Amino acid sequence: MATPTSRPAITVTGLRKSYGDNLVLDGIDLDIPAGTTFALLGPNGAGKTTMVQILSTLISADSGEARIGGFHLTREPNAVRDLIGVTGQFSAVDNLLTGTENLMLMADLRHLARPAGRRRTAELLDRFDLTEAAGKPVMTYSGGMRRRLDLAMTLVGSPRIIFLDEPTAGLDPRSRRTMWEIIRGLVASGVTIFLTTQYLEEADQLADRVALLDHGRLIAEGSPDELKRLIPGGHIQLRFAALAELEAAARALGGGTRDDDALTLLIPSDGGVRSLRGVLDQLDRNSIEVAELAVHTPDLDDVFLTLTGRPDHERVQVS
Amino acid sequence: MSSLSYAVRDSSTMLRRNLLRMRRYPSLTLMLIGIPVILLLLFVYVFGGTLGAGLGGAGGRMQYANYVAPGILLMTVAGTAQGTAISVAMDMTEGIIARFKTMAIFRPSVLTGHVLGYLIQTMLSFAVVIAVAMLVGFRPNATVVEWVAAAGVLTMITFAVIWFAVACGLVTKSVETASNLPMPLMLLPFLGSGFVPTDSMPTAVRWFAEYQPFTPVIETLRGLLLGTSIGNNAILAVAWSLVITVASYLWSRKLYNRDR
Repeated sequence: MATPTSRPAITVTGLRKSYGDNLVLDGIDLDIPAGTTFALLGPNGAGKTTMVQILSTLISADSGEARIGGFHLTREPNAVRDLIGVTGQFSAVDNLLTGTENLMLMADLRHLARPAGRRRTAELLDRFDLTEAAGKPVMTYSGGMRRRLDLAMTLVGSPRIIFLDEPTAGLDPRSRRTMWEIIRGLVASGVTIFLTTQYLEEADQLADRVALLDHGRLIAEGSPDELKRLIPGGHIQLRFAALAELEAAARALGGGTRDDDALTLLIPSDGGVRSLRGVLDQLDRNSIEVAELAVHTPDLDDVFLTLTGRPDHERVQVS
Repeated sequence: MSSLSYAVRDSSTMLRRNLLRMRRYPSLTLMLIGIPVILLLLFVYVFGGTLGAGLGGAGGRMQYANYVAPGILLMTVAGTAQGTAISVAMDMTEGIIARFKTMAIFRPSVLTGHVLGYLIQTMLSFAVVIAVAMLVGFRPNATVVEWVAAAGVLTMITFAVIWFAVACGLVTKSVETASNLPMPLMLLPFLGSGFVPTDSMPTAVRWFAEYQPFTPVIETLRGLLLGTSIGNNAILAVAWSLVITVASYLWSRKLYNRDR
């Protein structure tokens, strides 16, 4: 991950948007330093796509202000458009054209000279592993190839700020990993990335900072680690065949949270191998049989459930 | 680069995109050329004998081929409108439009690309229709200057109707509706002087026929290609074309720029 600089790439204050009676974004404030990866995390319908559409000049907000790379979003939209690249949730490729033609179209629209456009096209086809399919109509591409072409088209103009709206939605695990590698490569080259996702693992893997969006409001913001600290730590869950063994184990391990109905015992743990071995050794010495064992490390899922499960959505500022 | 050269460059890029798309998906193009040719053959060989006799004079079927050719050219224009509206509406359902809208390009270039693409396609259709018409008896006596003037009038009305069709393609949410909206244009050559002289019609229909935009265009073409009198029809044809073009362009631009 790149070192954040103090220069902001994206600043947003009091952004609001509603469609009729439906309030989609309810006063969003953001400050994203240049060269960092920011993930906007939320379930379907949280307002993630609307956020990207507004920040990428596609639609206008009802109120609030935003600056992208220092340019005013609504007063200097073309300066903003010159800086950004957008890969939306729905593939923004021309299905009747080939991969090469799609990329050359972007090169022409980015006003690159013909030879430069051809070079850039060849380079991107190679980098995204599309050279073989370059001459085929996009209609025949697989989902993963389409996404790669989509992102390659975004990169033709070498944008400094890239919006990725659910870049891995609907991809198989392997294509998703490939996409992650590509995104990491972009971050390494110094661009700022604004990412939306519903996959907590994805935000954890890619982002410097994560904000949780729920019903149009940011309910938490911080680094993935900071967010994980918001929730109770990890634990080892032991299940026993009989109450007698549960009692013996609780005595031997000197604590934990007992659930006599489910015959389970939760032992606080950092999830590491050492603490796990300590617990197992202790049980062994007392000849206690364990029916089932599970190790649970906290992840962003827990953060999300903890925060959105609450009826009162109060914003938690972590940093 | 100045904004004008961006406008030209981006529009020609989008034109290339549309020409490529037409080549990959030729059935619409073939249909747009085929329909006026079929109508021409139908009117000359099925109705032509009777309708030609009704025109007076001696020519019969051959005379009717001369009479109907300008009307068929306007049918070609009306057919193009349908094709344009379908293409634009289809394009608007594609994710790539959102991409274009977030790029620093001449914003209406998506639309001008469609317009120029269909203008070229319609010129091809005109060439085919005129060639077939000459095979079945159309005998224009125009000079080179008159041919050029006729091409100019045809281009202007085509340009106007295509921009109108772009607006039709943008205003609807579905491709089906977009294909139906310009349908009434197909009736205009019939409810004008395209197929029979307007003075044979009942008063109300005749009134409409004489004041609708296609009639002065048809009369101007007839005058230029066959030497009938033009009167003030040329001015009316040009005026109608300009008014429709400007109004449709402004409407289209407004529709394209709204949030969807």
